[in-house]
Amino acid sequence: MNSLAAAQVPVAAYLILAAMLFSVGVAAFLIKRNLITIFMSIELMLNAVNLTFVAFAHMWHQVSGQIFVFFVMVVAAAEAAVGLAIIIAIFRTRQTLNVDQIDLMKS
Amino acid sequence: MQLALFLIFGGLAAAGAINLLLQRHPINSALSLVVVMMSLAVLYWSLGAEFLAASQVIVYSGAIMVFFVFVIMLLNAGEEERTHGSRAAYIVGFPGAAAIFCLLSFVFLSERHALGSSNIGGYLNHVTSNITEISSLLFTKLLLPFEVTSVLILVAILGAVVLARKEQ
Repeated sequence: MNSLAAAQVPVAAYLILAAMLFSVGVAAFLIKRNLITIFMSIELMLNAVNLTFVAFAHMWHQVSGQIFVFFVMVVAAAEAAVGLAIIIAIFRTRQTLNVDQIDLMKS
Repeated sequence: MQLALFLIFGGLAAAGAINLLLQRHPINSALSLVVVMMSLAVLYWSLGAEFLAASQVIVYSGAIMVFFVFVIMLLNAGEEERTHGSRAAYIVGFPGAAAIFCLLSFVFLSERHALGSSNIGGYLNHVTSNITEISSLLFTKLLLPFEVTSVLILVAILGAVVLARKEQ
């Protein structure tokens, strides 16, 4: 029990967890057809990168990575506000959230 | 302690992420994303970033996800339907994501000796100095970027108001 309590986690494990979260975010971004779910997968990718930053900040005993995470959170909050407003505007004009039916740019 | 925290909450985060991918209804995806963010907050705390753990819970789970759930309820979004585009995305999406994951984990595993292991003792003894250092850095060297983020938030609020306003 004592050895388990003192067991250390390799930084590579955190990084692999972050890589797994990031690739699930990429897959959800490509596969999902709902605009809001696609937006949520972007947030998932941002969170995966944040975990990488925190793991490296812990590894190097520096706070720079944590400050980067703080700025990423601020930008994600701003992005969520604007992005959800855009989603509401699109839903008003097109009455759908399916990305296959929102092809304004396609001629 | 750290290993147990990592196994429990890392597994919870991975399960939440996969559940986000598999669920068809957006509200289920949003709730599983909340699970991912909460377990990431615990992982941040175990890595000695208490301030980020708190702000993860407050900003991400508290503000952003409530916003998401609110918009899903407002737009009354139903289940997504499969179309031709989604079948092509299935063919490209899963192998692409698997390739990214394999590449990244290969790099991390081959460099794992250089990366070392995280030790909860010794570093977490300076609990206060962690937050003190963040705040002193934020209010001295990085004061200008910190202030610019307030302008960013203001512009985002104005943009959201302009975009979501009803056309006359």
